Amino acid sequence: MQIDKDLVAASATPLVLAILARGESYGYAIVKRVRELSEGELEWADGMLYPLLHRLHRLGYVSTEWRSPPEGRRRRYYAITDDGQAALAEHKKQWMTITRALNGIWKGIELLPFAPGMA
Amino acid sequence: MIEPLESEIAEWRTYVGKGPAVDGRDVEELETHLRDQIAELRAAGLAEDEAFLIGVKRMGKVDDLSREFAREHTGRLWRQLVSSGAGDEAVADRSWLEALVFAVAAAVVIQFARVASGFPEEESWLILNASLLVFPFLAGYFARRRRLPAGKVMLSALPFAIAALVVNLYPLAEGGDTQRLVAAHLPVALWFVVAYPYMSGILRSHERRMDFIRFTGEWFIYYTLIALGGGVLVALTVLILEPTGVVDAEQIFEWVVPSGMAGAVIIAAWLVESKQRVIENMAPVLTMLFTPLFAAMLAGAAVVYAVTGLGGVFDRELLGVFDFLLVVVLGLVLYRISARDPSAPAGWMDRIQFVAVLSALVLDVMVLWSMIARIGDLGFTPNRTAVLGLNLVLLVSLAGTAWLSAQFLAGRRQFHRVETWQTAYLPVFAIWAAAVVVILPPVFDFA
Repeated sequence: MQIDKDLVAASATPLVLAILARGESYGYAIVKRVRELSEGELEWADGMLYPLLHRLHRLGYVSTEWRSPPEGRRRRYYAITDDGQAALAEHKKQWMTITRALNGIWKGIELLPFAPGMA
Repeated sequence: MIEPLESEIAEWRTYVGKGPAVDGRDVEELETHLRDQIAELRAAGLAEDEAFLIGVKRMGKVDDLSREFAREHTGRLWRQLVSSGAGDEAVADRSWLEALVFAVAAAVVIQFARVASGFPEEESWLILNASLLVFPFLAGYFARRRRLPAGKVMLSALPFAIAALVVNLYPLAEGGDTQRLVAAHLPVALWFVVAYPYMSGILRSHERRMDFIRFTGEWFIYYTLIALGGGVLVALTVLILEPTGVVDAEQIFEWVVPSGMAGAVIIAAWLVESKQRVIENMAPVLTMLFTPLFAAMLAGAAVVYAVTGLGGVFDRELLGVFDFLLVVVLGLVLYRISARDPSAPAGWMDRIQFVAVLSALVLDVMVLWSMIARIGDLGFTPNRTAVLGLNLVLLVSLAGTAWLSAQFLAGRRQFHRVETWQTAYLPVFAIWAAAVVVILPPVFDFA
């Protein structure tokens, strides 16, 4: 299944914020988590995550810090801020509304008998 | 021997780093990502070259990536406008010719107007209408550069037509206060009209407003430089040609200076558009140099005023001086903002700027207070109204800046908020300048 580009773009911010709300993380781990969560259906061009993270940083939704653990590479970690939490709550509300509306109408469609001749 | 994987990664890194809005640390971040990906694929049993190919593919197309970075970091793009390929150079060539056509047109029109209006014997008409004769060409230049559709071109022309009617139909008293005020505020109001084609008619965008602020600051630097060079050229021309007796200094001034000033408006705009990099080095240096000096001067003055009080020094002109001061401080703030990396943490320059803004505010409030206390005795005149109004407009702008900067320095807000405050406030300046041109004269009977 190929998920529509606009839909991927629209869901990127809440997804990233929600992942960071579970604890701070870095780019590669975030992309991996998205893949796991969507069971591989949601495919990003990995690089695109970074401009998004930088935008969230500029807006004050995430804070960031370069850290070099004793083992492994120097990485840039991102953590959600209070503003980010608020933005996430707002996103959540909007997505809930949309899914509720869609679920409502789709349930209705399934109950309808198919008209003869419909493909 | 260098491993093939390392050299391939190095090559990829160079390629990604070529994106004008991708800086060194972004490349490092992306490279770490790529290496993580390769390590994981290798662990899953892939060969080195296979892992590299898949990793690079997953990162996405480099062109898309640098476009995405450019969208987020417009400021960086502004900093190093790299022309990427032969196609762009051809456009740059033509842009030079385009600017020249508009500049020559503006110069010719102003010269016609000067002769027709009998300047310098009859000077008030030309001084009043000068910006109306020149800025339409600047607007036209941007309309063409941005390839505005016809509807938007008409919309950008409309305010000029209205302004021309207002300025020339109002029975402004010759040599009166309202006439001087209109002459001083009309260019400012029309400058904001130019913002419309400059921003391709998208007025709500924060980024585009920020671009326009940058453009204004840099245009001002270029215009000053051109004016300095032009001044030297005219002075030398006079000194060399006057002894021949063929021309006299008056003639040179009358024929060369108005046209030069008009043409330079468009040339300066073209320079800002096409020669970004030169200015990019200048604006930060100028702010680095002058922000501490102004901060020291303002803090000192605030102390002196607080100790001695205002009784002795206050006179009617003082508020006008303070308007000028606030404009300069605001200019410094805006230069600093436009040259600053919005995601950088608070540094000592931010603190120094905060001191400058705060001192200017304290000084201004003291002067404003005594002005308001006396305005009851003195009464409102056009001048006093304009000066007081401008002072309040600037005061609110700087007070907002100071408040948000304080929160930024305390670590409670992002620098982004300081930026959005400036861009959100921009229309207030435009409205104020327009109000002085359109509303103030009839209120004071065109005195």
